Amino acid sequence: MAANKTYWKNAEQLNENSPLVDQLEQKEFVEYVPVNEFLEDKESLEDSSTSRRDFLKYVGFSTAAASLAACEGPVIKSVPYVVQPEQIRPGVANYYATAIADGFDFGSILIKTREGRPIKVENNPDAPTLGGANARVHASVLSMYDSQRVQGPKGNGADISWEDLHLQVGAKLNALAATGKDVVLLTQTFASPTTTKIIAAFKAKYPNVKHVSFDTVASSDAADAFEDAYGVRGLADYDFSKAGAIVSVGADILGDWQGGGYDSGYSKSRVPNKHHGKATMSKHFQFEANMTLSGAAADHRVPATPSAQKNILAHIYGALMGTTVSTTLSDAHQTKVKAAVAALKAAGNKAVVVSGIQDKGAQALVLAINNALGSEVMDVASPSLIRQENGTEVKAVVESVVAGTLGGLITVGINPAFTLPEGKAFAEGIKKLDLSVAFSMKEDETASAAQYIAALPHYLESWGDYEFKVGHFALAQPTIRPLFDTLQFQDALLKWTGSEQSYYDAIQDNWSAYILGGSSWNAVLHDGYFSTNRTIKANYSSSDLSSAVTALAAAKAEGIELTLYTKTGMGDGQQANNPWLQEFPDPITRVTWDNYLTVSAADANAMGLKNVNVANGALNGSYAKVTVGDASLTVPVVIQPGQAKGSVGLALGYGERMGVQDKMQIGVNAFALYNNASEVQVATVSLADGYHEFACTQLHNTLMGRGDIVKETTLEVFNTKDKSHWNAIPMVSKNHMEQEVTSPEVDMWQNFDRSIGHHFNLSIDLNACTGCGACVIACHAENNVPVVGKTEVRRSRDMHWLRIDRYYSSDETFEGDLTTKENISGIGDSLTTFGRMEEASENPQVTFQPVMCQHCNHAPCETVCPVAASSHGRQGQNHMAYNRCVGTRYCANNCPYKVRRFNWFLYNKNDEFDYHMNNDLGRMVLNPDVVVRSRGVMEKCSMCIQKTQKTILDAKLDGREIVDGEFQTACSAACSNGAMTFGDINDKESKVAELKANDRMYHLLESVGTKPNVMYQTKVRNA
Amino acid sequence: MASHYEASIRKPLITGDKSYHDVTIDVAAPVEGKANHQWWIVFGIALTAFLWGVGCIIYTISTGIGTWGLNKTVGWAWDITNFVWWVGIGHAGTLISAVLLLFRQKWRMAINRSAEAMTIFSVIQAGLFPIIHMGRPWLAYWVLPIPNSFGSLWVNFNSPLLWDVFAISTYLSVSLVFWWTGLLPDFAMIRDRAVRPFQKKIYSLLSFGWSGRAKDWQRFEEVSLVLAGLATPLVLSVHTIVSFDFATSVIPGWHTTIFPPYFVAGAIFSGFAMVNTLLIIMRKVSHLEDYITVQHIELMNIVIMITGSIVGVAYITELFIAWYSGVEYEQYAFLNRATGPYWWAYWAMMSCNVFSPQFMWSKKLRTSIMFSFIISIVVNIGMWFERFVIIVTSLHRDYLPSSWTMFSPTFVDIGIFIGTIGFFFVLFLLYARTFPVIAQAEVKTILKSSGENYKKLRDGNE
Repeated sequence: MAANKTYWKNAEQLNENSPLVDQLEQKEFVEYVPVNEFLEDKESLEDSSTSRRDFLKYVGFSTAAASLAACEGPVIKSVPYVVQPEQIRPGVANYYATAIADGFDFGSILIKTREGRPIKVENNPDAPTLGGANARVHASVLSMYDSQRVQGPKGNGADISWEDLHLQVGAKLNALAATGKDVVLLTQTFASPTTTKIIAAFKAKYPNVKHVSFDTVASSDAADAFEDAYGVRGLADYDFSKAGAIVSVGADILGDWQGGGYDSGYSKSRVPNKHHGKATMSKHFQFEANMTLSGAAADHRVPATPSAQKNILAHIYGALMGTTVSTTLSDAHQTKVKAAVAALKAAGNKAVVVSGIQDKGAQALVLAINNALGSEVMDVASPSLIRQENGTEVKAVVESVVAGTLGGLITVGINPAFTLPEGKAFAEGIKKLDLSVAFSMKEDETASAAQYIAALPHYLESWGDYEFKVGHFALAQPTIRPLFDTLQFQDALLKWTGSEQSYYDAIQDNWSAYILGGSSWNAVLHDGYFSTNRTIKANYSSSDLSSAVTALAAAKAEGIELTLYTKTGMGDGQQANNPWLQEFPDPITRVTWDNYLTVSAADANAMGLKNVNVANGALNGSYAKVTVGDASLTVPVVIQPGQAKGSVGLALGYGERMGVQDKMQIGVNAFALYNNASEVQVATVSLADGYHEFACTQLHNTLMGRGDIVKETTLEVFNTKDKSHWNAIPMVSKNHMEQEVTSPEVDMWQNFDRSIGHHFNLSIDLNACTGCGACVIACHAENNVPVVGKTEVRRSRDMHWLRIDRYYSSDETFEGDLTTKENISGIGDSLTTFGRMEEASENPQVTFQPVMCQHCNHAPCETVCPVAASSHGRQGQNHMAYNRCVGTRYCANNCPYKVRRFNWFLYNKNDEFDYHMNNDLGRMVLNPDVVVRSRGVMEKCSMCIQKTQKTILDAKLDGREIVDGEFQTACSAACSNGAMTFGDINDKESKVAELKANDRMYHLLESVGTKPNVMYQTKVRNA
Repeated sequence: MASHYEASIRKPLITGDKSYHDVTIDVAAPVEGKANHQWWIVFGIALTAFLWGVGCIIYTISTGIGTWGLNKTVGWAWDITNFVWWVGIGHAGTLISAVLLLFRQKWRMAINRSAEAMTIFSVIQAGLFPIIHMGRPWLAYWVLPIPNSFGSLWVNFNSPLLWDVFAISTYLSVSLVFWWTGLLPDFAMIRDRAVRPFQKKIYSLLSFGWSGRAKDWQRFEEVSLVLAGLATPLVLSVHTIVSFDFATSVIPGWHTTIFPPYFVAGAIFSGFAMVNTLLIIMRKVSHLEDYITVQHIELMNIVIMITGSIVGVAYITELFIAWYSGVEYEQYAFLNRATGPYWWAYWAMMSCNVFSPQFMWSKKLRTSIMFSFIISIVVNIGMWFERFVIIVTSLHRDYLPSSWTMFSPTFVDIGIFIGTIGFFFVLFLLYARTFPVIAQAEVKTILKSSGENYKKLRDGNE
């Protein structure tokens, strides 16, 4: 049937006897291959020089070569799981509680990991002590992915194995022990109970070993005073949430004073909440030389040079203790001191005096005052243990290293060759020692001088236990397998002691034996913190302070007083290679990528130091030569409103250093002037040649009397007057009738029913915000915000989605600004007055205002986008569809808040922007939930839609309603001060709904009618 | 209309003893003759500038908008300034050819061809900027409402930038058609005179087979009138829509209801100035003094004077309304405009646009060719500054003082601007050598009524 079918092939088939048909049937292929002819042609075969063997050799070789070449395809080392780990699900984040203790920053934190990679630091809000991470701690996750880390142990400059290192160091230790030469273990403050035990065991084996704690920025004098008064070495702890009156003499209580971490308590006492009609908040007097976060937050900030601070403290002591102290205070200081003393007396045991004066006598006075006040704020029973340096011990070690009398030195987590003013001599000294080992994450000045570099893991790769303050513990666990061939110091020490234990086992043993007291190890590891009721016996033993008082009262300035300080972003500088922190704008000056000399306007004038704005607005500052003793530095100048006349400030932690990318070696190393570990130095300052180019993110410093941007009132008005008096809604006119701008009458927009579903709002409390910037870094980390570098920031192209605006008053107060502006009459007057208002006052009021996309319900950006890349979400967000954006920048122009950021260049995988997004290691920190933007695209705050969606989906999977507080943005979660509250206003019980109804609530630029979903709470000050 | 009687007190629009044939010879001369040295020099300069601009554009597109001087606060500066400036210049052409046609202003006949050429060439420059100012210009077609495979993605009809797309493209196409229609009989004239076959071929293509029959002429007249009717509203609408880019925003200094008429007046102002600039040179170089007379220049100067004064009134009104509004942001925006860091730009604008045209009240000055030329340049500088002032001074200090900053152009900003000037002159110079630069067919219609010799003849007879 089917087989019988014949197919029509050719016209020749018509002709039955055609030979062609036969031929075709016989031979299918037309071309004849002359194989037989060739093989039979003997002659040509014999002519060929290729033998059969040769041929086979060639075939064999080329096959092998081809297959070898084929093996070398591009191999990307990503090994799939053979067995899926139980806890790790792709796309789902895991959180681990751990703790940071890098010697400068301490705290309990949570780590978010994705697919096994730590990508973000979050606060541990349950932790009772140091549970709020600051900007540096938030940024520390990126420091783990630092390509400049030491990737394995080194001996005399060459890579060696850990076994060799152990052998060689052990041999040398034994040799030194035999000769009885001293070996010093110079370490950071560990505040770790198990480490203390391990060190003790090590010392027991090697009696010639001495352990000395070294803090890059120390608080030794305060600890000395505490030891004298209470018999135990530690630092008095303070709970400012209990405060009624705070008087700080030179203590930056919202900064890094005594280890920091006081801001969340402080903010609690600073928010006025009406109970029974009357609101209260603490009063804060700040006497300081540099403008600090504390000074910015204070009700009364009094500029005072360091020596004047001493006089003031003595005077306060005298006034409170009823002794006569003969000091010569200026009239301005006199009145403010009187007011401060009155406030302290009125607050009774809710009053507290703190001081940052690095003088044992001054610190003894503070303890005496607080004791006399019976201050509830001060906690001496459970002192803080996070600064353990003893100045005299350190000095002795440094001298012996420099003199070459020491046998061996083991440094851990510190870089004294950089952070000591005699660093160079110290490094030379190290080179001469019999044994020198540097446990370090970087091949820094100290490590490169040492014989052995023991590569330390990052804290996120480490185990640890800490006692931040007596009885308050924390546990640290690794959140990733060590990226490099590193070993924890404690493990090495255990090995050198001859113990078989690992540090992890040692911690567990120590905890179950001495700390846990029956509690579950797993539960503590899960929580990350643990508290016991262990306290010290704090009996105040008074001593005669009269000589201290006299000395303080007699203090006089000899020349210009330099106050060295640590910047909010850079701290002691150990994270100098962290681009997030380099690009973090200083909360006060808003300068990025630099340190600088802060000078008062009066002094700058006298010395001819200038700040000028160039054609594109960028800030330039004169150079000044600062000389302290023999050391001198050429430093750029920032004229700082509020800087005490006769004083200058300079931040530590910057400058040229080893183990840091060239681009990040920026600024000057102020440690060169840090003589005797004293923050205050007497200096001479003179004008030097040239101008420095700053990268400052805010080029206009004053509020220009625009009172509706930052609304303010006084506590008295807040308590006595109606809301309409101090927080009125702006009016607009329609048909010659005044209407509130929020009224639907004046609304031209089509209204949507927003009562269904979620409607997200973010409230920002200007009273609680201290400007610490933790939110800025958290936003950076969560949203893969690019780092653009100094030159681009200088061109006003910073990419921060969330910025903290800082305004100075042009008058002495912002209220004064309003009056000045309202009293302007006529065009001539407005010209001169507005011109004057561009300059900040000598000692201005300061206010912080975090600004991110306001997510306007009537968004000006949405209407103008030609391709509808910017559009409104059902839940109140203003969306930005990056893929749709063609980059006209019209939206950014039409944004009254100027929160939109444009990708001027390609910021990732671009050698021009050689930051973490340009190397494989650094890119590991990227949040996989947020897309990395390409060039030519507008970006901005998304209200962390990836987080809110996650919350919604989780609740949906669980089949439950969402609880208030579950919705968080990166910034609101990072704010430990309670300044940012995020939530759903359609949940009428939510905190954010309550805040929306609060009398203090206002919207930024309400009169424009944008109806934002971000609201602010009016700032209330004590008059 | 051709032989309407014209009063003897009116000055003749065509001077010299011209016959129809003379007109033909004069207009065809630049096309048929060889370019002189000056032409090559100017063309060389223009071409260099153009190529430099092309280089800058390539650099921008390959590297990013970051090569410009813009920043987070000032998102538009030279790009949109140049855009509005070029669009504004384009306005005179349509006004001359369409509006004056409807109003039967015969003096337009000598200048409308070049004015419209200028319109088209400047709209081409203008059209460049909205494309290259985009962060991702390769996606520029997304602003067109074309069916696509991206799902239900559509353009945002609320956006004034989208209105711009329609306004500019409509304007360009209508202007082009109108211009070409007028060119047909003149191209045919050159075709008929051409001796070289290649030239003949090209011009016969360009003239769309114009035969000169009565029917051709009748259709020509009808189409001209219809297109004039279509183009007239465009004169008002295009710049009105461009002004909406600013007027519909919320930025103080932009959000101003006076913008549409103010922009239109400004556009005509700058357009006439540019026509003056170009024609004063062209009449000299191409020996067309008999057709583009001092009277033409004087009339254009009067338009410049009037529109300049309108613009001046608008500036003052803005200041007054800012004060009268009582809105502090508005008040500060204008105070800052006049006295802030960009005061020099504001006063450059004021003196160039408001003060300088006032000289035209003097008959002596407005009939001085050299003076007219200088003022025309000054006005164009002033109008560039006007756009710069509106865009940059409003943006650089808006609501929140924390975001205040300044703008400073880079070499790329400057290069692209110079490049468009080069491109414009490249086009115009090529046009002047290949197109009949005067609408000779139209001019011939008034030769007997407004030609100097015929008028004299007629006056003598009376």
